[in-house]
Amino acid sequence: MSGFFATFRRELRLALRFGGDTAGPLLFLFVTGALFPLAIGPGPSTLGRIAPGVVWVCALLAALLPLERLFAADYEDGSLDLLLVSGVPASLVALAKACAHWLVTGLPLLVGAVPLAVMLRLPDAGLPALALGLALGTASLSLLGTAAAAVVLGARRAGVLLPILVLPLVTPVLIFGAAAADSAAAGLPAQANLLLLGAVFAACVPLCPLAAGAGLRAATD
Amino acid sequence: MRLVGQDISVFRGERLVLRGVAFAVAAGGALLLTGPNGAGKSTLLRAIAGLKRLDAGSITFDGDPEIAGRAGLLGHQDAIKVGLSVAENLGFEADRAGLPTGPALEAVGLGALARLPARLLSAGQRRRLAIARLSLGGAPLWLLDEPTLGLDAASVGRFGEMLAAHRARGGVVVAATHLPLPLPGAETLALG
Repeated sequence: MSGFFATFRRELRLALRFGGDTAGPLLFLFVTGALFPLAIGPGPSTLGRIAPGVVWVCALLAALLPLERLFAADYEDGSLDLLLVSGVPASLVALAKACAHWLVTGLPLLVGAVPLAVMLRLPDAGLPALALGLALGTASLSLLGTAAAAVVLGARRAGVLLPILVLPLVTPVLIFGAAAADSAAAGLPAQANLLLLGAVFAACVPLCPLAAGAGLRAATD
Repeated sequence: MRLVGQDISVFRGERLVLRGVAFAVAAGGALLLTGPNGAGKSTLLRAIAGLKRLDAGSITFDGDPEIAGRAGLLGHQDAIKVGLSVAENLGFEADRAGLPTGPALEAVGLGALARLPARLLSAGQRRRLAIARLSLGGAPLWLLDEPTLGLDAASVGRFGEMLAAHRARGGVVVAATHLPLPLPGAETLALG
């Protein structure tokens, strides 16, 4: 397990030092979210109706931004070889990367999504379900995105391939997450959708690191 | 602590770069890989490290084919993060080994530069930083790909002492190089 923590600490050290990469997704979330009132008009009833979907789509797209460089930088400068030779299993390296991605990207997006939702006039009743759903959803996206980033590693045009591969995989997350916030905002129970989100996350935890580990092995072969 | 390779064959794409390669190195021994460019020297090093799958044959270290975790690789890339300081570049290995970075940096003459951003290092200094990482890792098997490329004579001398100390501890060295290396008594394996 020490290998996992050493890798996790390494990822945080790199993420904090390259702060621009870290702040990017949060700024992207606010800028894209702010475009909707400009395009659709500031009417509170329209905005409030589409707010859960807008926040969810913006958050997912923002979380995609750092995925392309997740393994690519280490692959290009030779660090990935050293990580794998160090004896840390490839799937644990991937899990550590996914945890760091969530902490550095998913958590700030989760915090930033709440003011964005308020700005878009989401009824207050929908906020807890939105935040809880995003917590589970961004964690699932970190895991799925890590697996996809490992699979496209070394491919030409990986930056184009990655969203095409990840976005279809996260559609269940988007559907359940937006529906949870939507029904809570309308005063209905959100529990079923949140439980389904939890189920997706529970399936991702063991499967995605294994897939990512196999991808890393194939990329360095 | 014996490194044994038997009947190793490895494809690279469609091309069979290694065919029926065999070697054995005892504890404290060294193996020098020679051959023209493209002969498969780097491929063999990556195969020993466990990064490249063997298409035939076997490689065992101490009787065990699982070599990851017991090998230190000094590849032709230095794997240095230019945004981190010189000492922070060794953070992962220091965490793994539970050792401070200071002595390893002193040993390659980078002690005074520990807090400097790594982007300010010259090519030779980056190579020395990669050597410091290798020694900090404390692996019993060192796999070196052109290890002295870009090093000045004094650094090559210091690296020679590190190699001698590593072998005196019973460590094994496998090196691919076109330059003369301070590895007395090394066996030579000609590829290609």
